[in-house]
Amino acid sequence: MREMSDRFVDLLRNTKIRLLQLHRDANCGHLGGNFSCIEALMTLHHRVMEADDRFVLSKGHSAGALYATLWSLGHLSDADLQTFTRDDSLLPGHPSGSGIPGLMFSTGSLGHGPSLATGLALAARHKGLDHRVFCLCSDGEWQEGSCWEALSFAIHQRLKNLVLLIDQNGLQGFGRTADVISCDDLTPRIAAFGADVEKINGHDPDAIVKAIARPPNGVPRVLILDTVKGRGLHFEGQLESHYLPLSEANYAAARSTLEREGCQ
Amino acid sequence: MRKAFADAILAHCNHDDWFFLTGDLGFMALEEVEAAFATRFVNAGVAEQNMIGVAAGLARESLRVIVYSIAPFCYARPFEQIRNDLCLGRLPVCLVGNGGGYAYGHMGPTHHALEDCAAMNALGVRVLVPAFDDDLPALLAQLDAPTYLRLGYDIRPVGQAVAEYAPWREVLPGSCGAIAALGPIAGLAWQALADLDIDARPSVWAVCEFADAEIPSRFLDQIAGRPLYVLEEHVAQGGLGMNLALGLAARGLAAGRFVHRPALGYPTGRFGSQAFHRAQCGLDASSIRSMVTGRKNESRRQA
Repeated sequence: MREMSDRFVDLLRNTKIRLLQLHRDANCGHLGGNFSCIEALMTLHHRVMEADDRFVLSKGHSAGALYATLWSLGHLSDADLQTFTRDDSLLPGHPSGSGIPGLMFSTGSLGHGPSLATGLALAARHKGLDHRVFCLCSDGEWQEGSCWEALSFAIHQRLKNLVLLIDQNGLQGFGRTADVISCDDLTPRIAAFGADVEKINGHDPDAIVKAIARPPNGVPRVLILDTVKGRGLHFEGQLESHYLPLSEANYAAARSTLEREGCQ
Repeated sequence: MRKAFADAILAHCNHDDWFFLTGDLGFMALEEVEAAFATRFVNAGVAEQNMIGVAAGLARESLRVIVYSIAPFCYARPFEQIRNDLCLGRLPVCLVGNGGGYAYGHMGPTHHALEDCAAMNALGVRVLVPAFDDDLPALLAQLDAPTYLRLGYDIRPVGQAVAEYAPWREVLPGSCGAIAALGPIAGLAWQALADLDIDARPSVWAVCEFADAEIPSRFLDQIAGRPLYVLEEHVAQGGLGMNLALGLAARGLAAGRFVHRPALGYPTGRFGSQAFHRAQCGLDASSIRSMVTGRKNESRRQA
């Protein structure tokens, strides 16, 4: 666990601005889900994960946030980011599992990541390695039965080296999760399966670090990240943030907000 | 083939870097594998999508993985996981579908696998359809990419030996064209035609892979100007017949006659044993013999 420094605060703000620019340049949507999980991605990669730890982005539609995070780590360059969703690129709108260090699988179809991460965790245990496996999901994604298959299996296998993070922003592609499937909080459902669950503010890096640092209790840990979709953007908390790209005016306004307010 | 499969797994795959995942199947077949693999044998439960994802995760960490289930539960239920998690990463996971074709007969259509080879072939999965128990060790020794292994029943004539594994093997010589039979159906054709004179029957080839490049020149010589019969317990769409026709067309070749006997699904809407369904498709010994001789309802001569 690493402390939050001024440098991290600056880096997080700059990365959010780079993410905004990334999507503006590509005229690409899915901003809402990117801005609900960028703090979690940055916190994991800069303050939590060790070199051998594994990461799976199950909510592949937040590829931009992951690419921006990898940029903040120096693993991707500005030139790389300029190819985002363009021809002859290694950075499609949902990540490919080849060509970029740290990306282990092609994700984007929801409900795959928890099983993939579970397999990685099982392999680590078999090999006697002590690295951890982190997997970031969306909340709508848990409407896929495969997520519950994976959760049941991982709990049964007592994979304490597995940490699932669920970006619970309450909005999905065509409605609110509460309206679509009568679920606005996954916490009690996942707790009922026997996981070690904790609900935290998903925009608070310190809360994420603290929750992960808590000693494992023998089963996978699931962190429910209470977040706001499109946080800081003009369509914050609105369904439109799922698909619509930014206009120039909205981009300028969002950038100005980020520069003025910082990352918190 | 389950016993032969289990024996081959124990002989060739029981190493520390191999995992065996089952979708809650293998009763009275995999107990020895379970004991030998210990913690590397995992009953993943009735959750095939997760099972494939877990297999991908294991394989991504350089482990070799066998995934076992009844054929349709193995390839159809987790189709997207196979496509995205295994194939896009070219991970060396072997999907073992027990009971290809109508092998689960009386269990009903949900347990049959009639389009499995086409579905897997379309994803770039290497499809292996062993014809005989003896084929399994050779096949398990070459699993370095996503693979689908379709298990059935070895039904060669009693007491007959088979040549060493090859994707195409002539198991019965003949001079009136050739039969290309997918996997175990070769044993059935062999049974049906063995007592005919060599000059009165086509050769019988056991075809165990779809790889176009493997079509032997000897086979091509046998069908030049003569009949080609294709037998497969698999639908026509994307099956051996279509692949073979494409392979011939690409070579500018044509058989003297092309007779295709694929699985037809459930043409009468009624259900029964594997033998019942095969007969409905003309894939029983009597029908195969009639197909070759031109005489109806012909049974094999008594020895």
